[in-house]
Amino acid sequence: MKAAVVVFPGTNCEQDAVYALESVGVEAALVWHRATDLSEFAGVVLPGGFAHGDYLRTGAIARFSPIMSEVERLADAGAPVLGICNGFQILCEAGLLPGVLLQNAGLRFICRPVQLRVTSTDSILTRAARIGQILEIPLNSYEGNYATDPATFADLERNDRIVLRYSDPTGAVTAQANPNGSLGNTAGIANRTGNVAGLMPHPERAIESVLGSSDGRVLLESFAMSMSGADG
Amino acid sequence: MKVTVHVQRRPDIADPQGTAVARALRDLGHDTVETVRINRTVELEIRGTDPAAIEAEVQTMCERLLANPVMEDFEVVVHR
Amino acid sequence: MGEPLVHQALGMTDDEYEAVCVILGRAPRDAELAMYSVMWSEHCSYKSSRPHLKRFPAEAPWVVVGPGENAGVIDLGDGWLGAFRIESHNHPSFVEPYQGAATGVGGILRDVFTMGARPIAVWDQIRFGSLDDPHNRYLFAGVVAGIAGYGNAVGVPTVGGELAFEDCYAGNPLVNVMALGILRREQLVLAESGGEGTEAVLLGAATGRDGIGGASVLASASFDDTSNAKRPSVQVGDPFEEKKLIEACLELYERGLVIGIQDLGAAGLSCATSEPAAKSGMGMEVDLRRVHVREPGMTPAELLMSESQERMMAFVAPENVDEVLAVAARWEIDASRVGTVSRGGALRVFVNGDLVADVPAASLSEDAPVYHRPLRRPDWLDDLWVDRPVTNELDAAAGLLKLLDEPSLADPAWVYEQYDHMLFLNTVVGPGHDGTLLRIKGTTKALAGTTDGNGRRCYLDPRRGAARLVYEAALNVAVTGARPMAVVDNLNFGNPEKPEVMWQFAETVEGISEACEVLGIPVVGGNVSFYNETDGIDIYPTPIVGLIGLADPYPKRPPRLDRAKAGMDLWLLGPDTSQDLAGSVFQKIVLGTIAGRPAEPSPDIAAQLTGLATRLAAGEIVSVLHDLSEGGLAVAVAKVCIVSDVGVTIDWPGHAFAEDPHRLIAAVHSERSDRMVALADAAGVAAHRIGTFGGEEIRVGRAAVNLERASRVWRTALPRRMGQDSGRRTANATSGHACR
Repeated sequence: MKAAVVVFPGTNCEQDAVYALESVGVEAALVWHRATDLSEFAGVVLPGGFAHGDYLRTGAIARFSPIMSEVERLADAGAPVLGICNGFQILCEAGLLPGVLLQNAGLRFICRPVQLRVTSTDSILTRAARIGQILEIPLNSYEGNYATDPATFADLERNDRIVLRYSDPTGAVTAQANPNGSLGNTAGIANRTGNVAGLMPHPERAIESVLGSSDGRVLLESFAMSMSGADG
Repeated sequence: MKVTVHVQRRPDIADPQGTAVARALRDLGHDTVETVRINRTVELEIRGTDPAAIEAEVQTMCERLLANPVMEDFEVVVHR
Repeated sequence: MGEPLVHQALGMTDDEYEAVCVILGRAPRDAELAMYSVMWSEHCSYKSSRPHLKRFPAEAPWVVVGPGENAGVIDLGDGWLGAFRIESHNHPSFVEPYQGAATGVGGILRDVFTMGARPIAVWDQIRFGSLDDPHNRYLFAGVVAGIAGYGNAVGVPTVGGELAFEDCYAGNPLVNVMALGILRREQLVLAESGGEGTEAVLLGAATGRDGIGGASVLASASFDDTSNAKRPSVQVGDPFEEKKLIEACLELYERGLVIGIQDLGAAGLSCATSEPAAKSGMGMEVDLRRVHVREPGMTPAELLMSESQERMMAFVAPENVDEVLAVAARWEIDASRVGTVSRGGALRVFVNGDLVADVPAASLSEDAPVYHRPLRRPDWLDDLWVDRPVTNELDAAAGLLKLLDEPSLADPAWVYEQYDHMLFLNTVVGPGHDGTLLRIKGTTKALAGTTDGNGRRCYLDPRRGAARLVYEAALNVAVTGARPMAVVDNLNFGNPEKPEVMWQFAETVEGISEACEVLGIPVVGGNVSFYNETDGIDIYPTPIVGLIGLADPYPKRPPRLDRAKAGMDLWLLGPDTSQDLAGSVFQKIVLGTIAGRPAEPSPDIAAQLTGLATRLAAGEIVSVLHDLSEGGLAVAVAKVCIVSDVGVTIDWPGHAFAEDPHRLIAAVHSERSDRMVALADAAGVAAHRIGTFGGEEIRVGRAAVNLERASRVWRTALPRRMGQDSGRRTANATSGHACR
């Protein structure tokens, strides 16, 4: 079974996502945002970029793309749905994940490797990782500052839905290690059933040591495991 | 005193964001949309009692920082 | 004084106007005059520089497309080609830093994908006045945000560049951008119209009154007090539109649906119709009513001169037009059939059936005037070249801390971390190193790239300064393991009507040419930016050299600045002379002057050292290999220590901050030293062991600087000056929408 990598006008990490998914054994195909049938796919990745130019608000126009009702259908059916960076923003705007991504606290775009601590393995993004594992993965965003209302955030914490947090190299989740002001150093979250997940850092940029880090593989391998689970 | 500044791109300057939003609205079936321009509103609370002096000062703020006269027009409204 | 005549208002001289009358055999119509004024502007016609540019060596067996096309193209082997180009957006960036820089990126990318290439990387070369002045901070923050906002969103990584601050750029910042693309040989497209009956299809953004007269007024004239009134309408970039345009065009090339294509940049439709037709020896009939427009009521002259961004003109065989329109529709971009190629060489432009222009297409590009402007060696050089004794009462530790705090030498992370420099998963060596190394996935190849400039040295001796830039660029590429392949240059100069400026220009061209000949590499393209002056004061002559190299196979673990370890030896490769302070950062910052004649480069040593660097890096023999440039040995070693987080002890008698050419430092495991020295011997390059890494201090002779302190000074030099405010000011002062 294949994974659909969704391409909105303005998406730009789609080829990287396919390359990275294939490197962990997932067959992946690009699907244009006007597609209305994803029945041949067992999972979905919404890759990074600037869907519809990110105009108005990130994800605001993308959530109305025709493909999104199919993405919702798959998510409801328990298929793995992963949003990376702009994909995460779209999942939030579409209501498939709670919260919103605001402008970085420093009001500047940030492109650099950051340290992440795995804080839950109960998701399609982290099931192959172990709690407390520290991963070095590049961040690449202007609106990566995760925020919710206090009740929603308490609910996320209570239910172990925050799967990755920004940390220092020793794994300590500190204010200083928070690159963009995200609430609770949140870098990635999952829904209640764990099959819909989103994160701001780019695991597909950390799959080979020749490019600096291969720590993103464990996250993509988690997605791959979930794909084969969906298959069986 | 409360002051509102409306900043808008001059009509001859492109507004890519407005263009993209117009296209998206038409895509959603709102085919009555002719054009969309996206502008900016700045609200200020200014100390003082003389509306004319405040307006003049905010005018200067606009010229220096709040608007870019090369590509934007602005309008200052002092709420009495 | 009366009102200026129409042609004068458009920036044309009386003689140029007469020449148009002779070509046409009559007085030009309004639209025709508009077309000639932009096409014959300095920016489009290179009328002052053309006689000199012929000097550049342009030939090499691996050159596929040389100067004169939208981008130079070189052969990378196995069916792969690389296309690259550099261009300036200096004046627009001064008027509106965010949009000026953003549209600079957009424009150079179009030059590259016009050739059939997918753009894979951008380098930015930016120069401003001192950061002590808030306006310069505003310009700097705005330009960086503009490059980030456009480059990140359009989806092309910004992988390198250079940053410099100098008073001469205060009223005239420099923003030069180099873009690189790769393509398969069969996808190469040129700016040709094809034969009779070929249709011209205008793709992309709607045409508005953007930058009317931009080429003639803004890029070809000087700034003075009246500039405000003369400002043409600011061009606004739309990276979202450009991203769709890139994908649509690449699909057109892949499916062989276009005969030729031309981007619309300076001179807009005037250029994109006349040039391809002239190249194919044809003419064209254009119907302006068919152009999709953003605003009503534009005159024919405005439509022909508009510099609206994100537009391309595709030349399509009639039977393929429907398919081209379908591709455009699928990528959600507008397209209109605006013209048809005709025989006879006339460009005939209609509006509602009325003929508004009828000119020989070739006359717009090929009959532009050429000026052999007078040259004169500046008198001031005699004063500058007088030797001044340098007192050696220098506290090296204090000097080092001062130089590490100099914004031009400081940690550039504040800049490059705002740029996506990792997209496409190619970046083996990224920004912050001498050169960038980008692999081509699915092959054993990687492309190396760098851009280099040095205004102070070129001011003191343009020929030596320019030649040394080429040698430095070659080293920057070689230390990644690549072989230098080809150069593009961006020549930023003052007012060419001044003989001293033209002399600087001619000397620069000579210097670049000589160095390229020594290294056996061609110049495959370039850009000239004149009139970089404010209130009569010219900038330093500031050529920027962009150089691309090829590594095949590329090293999996190339040298990097952060790979020094305690216990490794520090070596100096190259001549051990160290006395050249002319134009050095040390001279400027510590001695407070800029004077002397920079050392003459040595062609033999340059070639030998470059070859050695490639071999050492490609063979993964050394852990760090770093070119000594601004700040000399002390700054070079300090940077290695800081990013590697290790101290060093150096025992070496030379001047620690001198900037003599042709020198590298290497950090090497002692068991590999023999191999390195053997290779150096074979290459005829001297190797000196001058120190050992270890400890927590940078020790140069008797001077010692604490590593952590040096690191703090260097890393905070830019953020400390820019603070939170500068970013906020720009985010609000311009449209924040594009910088996500």
